[in-house]
Amino acid sequence: MSASNPVEWTALAPVAAAAGVAVRDLAIRFGANEVIRGLNLDVAEGEFLVLLGPSGCGKSTLLHSIAGLIDVAAGRIEIGGRDMTEADPSERGIGMVFQNYALYPTMTVERNMSFGLRVAGLPRAEIEARVKRTAALLQLQPLLQRKPAQLSGGQRQRVAIGRALVREAGVFLFDEPLSNLDAKLRSELRRELKLLHQRLGSTMVYVTHDQVEAMTLATRIVVMRAGLIQQVGTPHEVYERPCNRFVAGFLGAPGMNFINGRLSMLSGGTVFDAPGLSVDLHAYAFAGRAPTDQPVVLGIRPEHVQIGPAGEREATVQLVEPMGAHQVVWLSHGPHTLAAVVHDAQVLSMGQSVRFSIDRSRVSLFDLASEQRL
Amino acid sequence: MKPRHVGRIGVYTFLAFAALFFLAPLYIMVVTSLKSMDEIRLGQLFALPQHFNLDAWRTAWSEACTGVDCGGVRVGFWNSVAIVVPSTVLPIGIGALNGYALSFWKPRGADALFAVLMLGAFIPVQVMIYPLVKVVAAIGLFSSLPGIVLVHIVFSMPVMTLLFRNYYAAVPAELFKAARIDGGGFWRIFVQLMLPMSTPMLIVAAIMQITGVWNDYVLGLVFAGRDNLPMTVQLNNVINTTTGERLYNVNMAATILTSMVPLAVYFVSGRWFVRGIAAGAVKG
Repeated sequence: MSASNPVEWTALAPVAAAAGVAVRDLAIRFGANEVIRGLNLDVAEGEFLVLLGPSGCGKSTLLHSIAGLIDVAAGRIEIGGRDMTEADPSERGIGMVFQNYALYPTMTVERNMSFGLRVAGLPRAEIEARVKRTAALLQLQPLLQRKPAQLSGGQRQRVAIGRALVREAGVFLFDEPLSNLDAKLRSELRRELKLLHQRLGSTMVYVTHDQVEAMTLATRIVVMRAGLIQQVGTPHEVYERPCNRFVAGFLGAPGMNFINGRLSMLSGGTVFDAPGLSVDLHAYAFAGRAPTDQPVVLGIRPEHVQIGPAGEREATVQLVEPMGAHQVVWLSHGPHTLAAVVHDAQVLSMGQSVRFSIDRSRVSLFDLASEQRL
Repeated sequence: MKPRHVGRIGVYTFLAFAALFFLAPLYIMVVTSLKSMDEIRLGQLFALPQHFNLDAWRTAWSEACTGVDCGGVRVGFWNSVAIVVPSTVLPIGIGALNGYALSFWKPRGADALFAVLMLGAFIPVQVMIYPLVKVVAAIGLFSSLPGIVLVHIVFSMPVMTLLFRNYYAAVPAELFKAARIDGGGFWRIFVQLMLPMSTPMLIVAAIMQITGVWNDYVLGLVFAGRDNLPMTVQLNNVINTTTGERLYNVNMAATILTSMVPLAVYFVSGRWFVRGIAAGAVKG
């Protein structure tokens, strides 16, 4: 094992020495193509950090560069306070889990898990003890003598997680580990991962394009686009106060409603005006000084559009999508189409006229040109 | 009868005739090798032997004359074995290593190197024989067992490398990355992870090398030297050596003996051969 991880597990529940990660002015090029430039990121010890973004945003590239699997063009990567920019992947004190499991097909589960420890030349008794402990943690004991081909997808990914954990690394890296699993298994394993993190307290960096995974697992989310970090914050912050229109639209299903309009000052305060829709914004917390008279985009989350007889506005029901626990209702309001989430069992039908209101305290406002939050 | 069945019958009829056509020479070879010369002189090519005897086989194996030596094709058989074993094991080992390095480690200039190697596969062997004779002679290996093995290694390199490079290209890169994180180095990942995964390709490569090297005539004739002439060259000498009458039965027996090894390889490994090709096709 690397010197950055001197603490041995003593309790039955394995406790690794969590290490932080610091990325400074990172640039990564594939040929002439600059995938990541000037990226800075700090991962605190024991944190569950999720890198979230659409495919091609550079999140996997960033993770692989932390792992040392991709050459860095410029910048610095520190793990556990030590410069690891040029270090070999095995020296970085990391464990990694891949989307396609990447289990060694010719080795049994036990040999898969012990491979890295055997390479490191650990004493046999120590290897056995660690494999046993990790297998118990992940309930892999009955599978230890099987080959990967004899395992189901969920079992394979648990083995892959076990193979990473057994290294007792300071940082665990996950590259879309649940994306190959079906929906039911995915939510099961998601829960297991969260419990595992709470139990081990290790640092975890997790790449996904699935916002549900990001929201449920993360202590902090990093939203990325085109190689640039858009926003870093707790799931609550990122969801409630998205820093720009991209983040606002990426999180949430159905997506946030966007309406183009203008801001104008009235005696009572700022008002948003669009054809057929005006929203009083006196309760809105502006990021900076409240601007006056400029083109803006108003963002309203579907759950903040409330349908009910007491509503102050009127709309026609365009479409109803039942989701089981809730239903998504698409409303026509003047020239605008709004999605609304209804949690009660109201029966709504197409063409029906309904009343609704907008939760004015929880809307978001973006500059039309820069798309930044106002 | 449905038209589909008619078509089926046509196909089987054609296949049966094709099989007969290709098996006829083999049949004639086998029956002729079992006849005495007196019987052969009757000229009944397709007739079964009246007196079953293995004398011709015995002669072909241990007594037939090649020029002044009369030791049969036996000497050539063992020479061929001595050439085939290292010329199979070494090219496969080096080819697998090349394919592994090109697929996973991607050294600088790997693509250019591979392109040059592939170019080599398209140049006819005959073009290179004379320069190669000069080179092998210059390093003192001309007319020796190491010399002929070296020549076989060189000529098999493009195909062996291509075979393994494509096989490893189909292996998920994450597998290699996982092994890197686990601390595996160049040799450990190759020996403990990639080679054990390559069984189908190893078998396909072995079949190709064994049959290719065994059937080789020109390279063996030029590079092996008098003491190491392979069985194919020996066979040619047996058949072309005529002292008195032409011993058709001995010639037939010697020919069958020489082709026995490639035939055996196909019969034993045919299943694997198809499996290897199919596995490559599905994954690649």
